[in-house]
Formats: sequence, C-alpha cells, structure tokens
Amino acid sequence: MSNPFKPLPEATPETKPFWEATQKDELHIQQCNDCASHYFPPRPFCPSCGSRNVAWKKASGKATLFSYVINHLKNPSYDGPYSIAVVQLEEGPRMMSNIVNCDQTPEALILDMPLEVTFERMSDDINLPQFQPAKQ
Amino acid sequence: MKRNSIAIVGAAETTKLGKIPELSQISLHADAALNAMTDCGLKPSDIDGVACSMEWPTHIAHYLGITPKWVDGTSVGGCSFMLHVRHAAAAINAGLCETVLITHGESGKSLIGKFRPPVLPTHLQGQFELPYGPMGPPTLFTIPVLRYMKDMGLTHEQLANIAVVQREWAAAHPRASFRDPITVEDVLNSRMIAYPFHLLECCLVTDGGGALILTSAERAKDFQTKPVYIRGTGESVETPMISQMESFTSSRAFRVSGRQAFESAGIQHSDVDHLMIYDAFAHLPIFGLEDLGFVKPGEAGDFIWERNTAPGGKLPMNTNGGGLSYMHSGMYGMYALQESVRQMRGTSPAQVEGATLSVCHGVGGMFGASGTIVMTNDPSSS
Repeated sequence: MSNPFKPLPEATPETKPFWEATQKDELHIQQCNDCASHYFPPRPFCPSCGSRNVAWKKASGKATLFSYVINHLKNPSYDGPYSIAVVQLEEGPRMMSNIVNCDQTPEALILDMPLEVTFERMSDDINLPQFQPAKQ
Repeated sequence: MKRNSIAIVGAAETTKLGKIPELSQISLHADAALNAMTDCGLKPSDIDGVACSMEWPTHIAHYLGITPKWVDGTSVGGCSFMLHVRHAAAAINAGLCETVLITHGESGKSLIGKFRPPVLPTHLQGQFELPYGPMGPPTLFTIPVLRYMKDMGLTHEQLANIAVVQREWAAAHPRASFRDPITVEDVLNSRMIAYPFHLLECCLVTDGGGALILTSAERAKDFQTKPVYIRGTGESVETPMISQMESFTSSRAFRVSGRQAFESAGIQHSDVDHLMIYDAFAHLPIFGLEDLGFVKPGEAGDFIWERNTAPGGKLPMNTNGGGLSYMHSGMYGMYALQESVRQMRGTSPAQVEGATLSVCHGVGGMFGASGTIVMTNDPSSS
C-alpha cells in the first residue's frame, strides 16, 4: 500500500541510469568531462559549466554525515522516530538519506561520522540508496 | 527602480485570523482584497493590475470582478508577495498599469478549497527526497540546523530563546494567535517534532489572508491613507531541494535578495528602525540577521539572546510575534509585509516610536526563494 510520506520514486529518462545501477547495489553519479566536477541529482548536462559532455560513474559509496533531523511525527513506514539526513559523498555532491542500522538518537548520530551506502528494496523497480555507519 | 517612486496605499488582513472554516481559500483572498480596497477608498473597477500566488490571477480577477491589464502569478512560496511588490513597482513605473492589488488567502488550518501543486514521483524531489520519509517543512526546513549549531556554536537554549522573544512581541497584538509569555524551559519541554526542533520552535497553522494596493507615489498623495513608500527591493531563488542547498550555515537566496534590497535603497544597517524576518521556524531569524549583514556569521544567536531584537532593543524584529506566535497560514510573507506597513503608518499595536525605515525579508519554500522589501514613510530621506 502506498504511503504519501514515503512515496515510491519513478525514474525519468534522465535518471534511469541511476536507478538501473541501484539494481546491482551500486551508487552511480555523474561527472563533467569538461570541468571535472561531480554532481547530483542526475541531469544530462553539468550544472557547474553547462556542458552536455558528461558521463556516469560509480561512486565509492563512502560519505560523511552532514546534517539531519530525527522525525518524531508518526510515519507508518518507520518504526518510531527516524533520521532524515543529508550526507556528503566522498566525490563531493550531497544527497538525502535515512541513516540506517544504528540507533536513531543524537548520541548515535554524530556529525561528520563516516558512512557507507547500503540499499533498501522498495519495489521491483526501486532499490533505494541508504547510508549506514561505516564498518571501517 | 527609482527610490520611493511607488507607494503602498491600501493594506489589510482578512476580517478574522486563525480558524475560518466558513471561507474557502479564494474567499480569503477576496475578504482581504475588499478590506484593502475599503482601507484606501477603492472599488474593484479602480484596480488594473492583479498579483497573487497559489490561486491564478485569472481566478482572483474574475472572482473580484476586476479587468486587469497587468497580472503576475509568481509563485515561489511564502515570499511570493515580496516579489509581487517588486514586480508591481516595476510595472507601474513602466506604465503597464496604475493600481495593483496583491492578494493572499490560505485555508491552512481548515483546508477549505486549499490548493497546493503536488510533488510528483517523477520530480527530482519525488525521486531523491520524498522516499526518505519527510513529513513536510518541519522535517525538511529544519535539516540544516544541526550543521549550523556545530559550525557556529549556536546552543539549543539560544534557538529556543527566539520563540520566547517573539512571544513577547505577540503579547501586544490583540490578533496574535498566542500571546501568553513562555520561557526557554517551556520551549525545550514542548513536544519534540523533529530533533532538534520542539513544537514551540515551529510555526502555527492557521487560516487567513492579506492584501496590498500599490500605486505611484504621485497618485498616493490623493489617498486617505498615509503612503508607505517602496525604497528598495530584492529577490532570488536557489533550489527546491533542501538537500541541494549550497551551504547549511547561510542562504544564497537571502544574501542575493538582501544585497539588492539594501543597494537599491541606498541604506546602511544602522538606518533600519524595524525589521521583519519570515520565521517559519526558529532558525530563520538567525539566517536572516546574518545573511542580510546585520551581524557577522555565527553572531545572531548571541545578538537575540542579548535582547537586541526584543521590545526595547536596538533592532525591533518580528514585532507582530511572527509565524511562531502571530499567525502562519502556510505562506506567511504577506503578514510580515502587513506589519511593516503598520509600523510605517504608525498603527502597529507594538509600534516602534519614530520608526521611518522598515526592512521586510521573506523566504519561499525551504530556503528555496527570497524576497526583500525596504519601506519608508519619509520619502525625503533618500
């Protein structure tokens, strides 16, 4: 059953490579071949310089915890309060994530802590990237 | 824009604020519009420009019986009205129209005839933010704050104190939703919404509306109301996704909009007698004070703690109690503008004595957009 507070994403032609990569438990982002900057979310040109000469590449999956809140409003998709975070990828771009597989408390969620990507199976089509504390 | 060439001659809020289940969203626009027309002695047939947000200008013009020759439906969230003021001033100066009505109405609490454009599962937000379970602005707009606290040293008590000071201002306003004094402990003991934000650090949810009428400064002299002149303006947008904001300790849209407003007005910070900074959540005044340049980065928490923005302080801010205590229908910018107009007319229940210059700064979306208006009641001061 669909939950308006955790809706299933739908890929567009521009984002399809991202979602296809997640099917192999891989996080892919884009890089500009002209100015070398990595960027996210996906689009068929570089938001730094406007070049269409861009390529997909596999990200390391390493990130750090940039900021977050712990939501206490009831959401049927989550078992109690849960983190809604922004993580900074090793390559530079930031993305939203829950911080999973750890206590959802300020004591357990320390800014700048190392994280690694994992995946949450939402449907046949969507394997959602999530981040958890790095196992070293 | 030539300084002080345009004036606000009509201004009013809806007859009631708070819970208004007997009116749909479009009727809240109309109630405020009719009150603003009464305020300055105009009829719908006297209006030739219409600007509004959420509702289309088509809907509002038809509903009120207006035949406009200029419309603006800019919709960038709660600061849209600041942008409407800026655009209307430019349009009147360009001769596109003479008398502009800007309306807002929102059934934020009763949800009667309320429309908001949906975020679809194919939008970038729908693909890359909503799957992580955010439940509206309390769980998104608040995400930057832990980063700000770590980098700048803001404390939980200083964040809570912002709600306390604004409640002091609200106490003077008969129309404010919440007027009873609160303490830092009250705020920190209120229900946790999204750590580190407690209930009293989040805005109200109410019904209401407001409207403004603008015309040239020359024509303004013929109106029954005290003209409030537009001295400077600014606007900008950044991103619809909080996760993609450039910085979590400063808003680019705030900086760009604020700088344009101050430069076009030709003012220094020490010239400002009264300040409104849209406060959907307690951290907004912190970002606003720093990004507009009233204090250096990292100093706003102390500045408010030391009562500089409180009643009796040197920089009276959010003198209606703000979105935290006065009202917040969802797009609060109109109510901030109304309080700046009242202060410039000398009619606010929390009047700053002798105030001649007011800065009104708005946010749209979640740090997604910004608009800044500098008003004065003294057109000779430019």
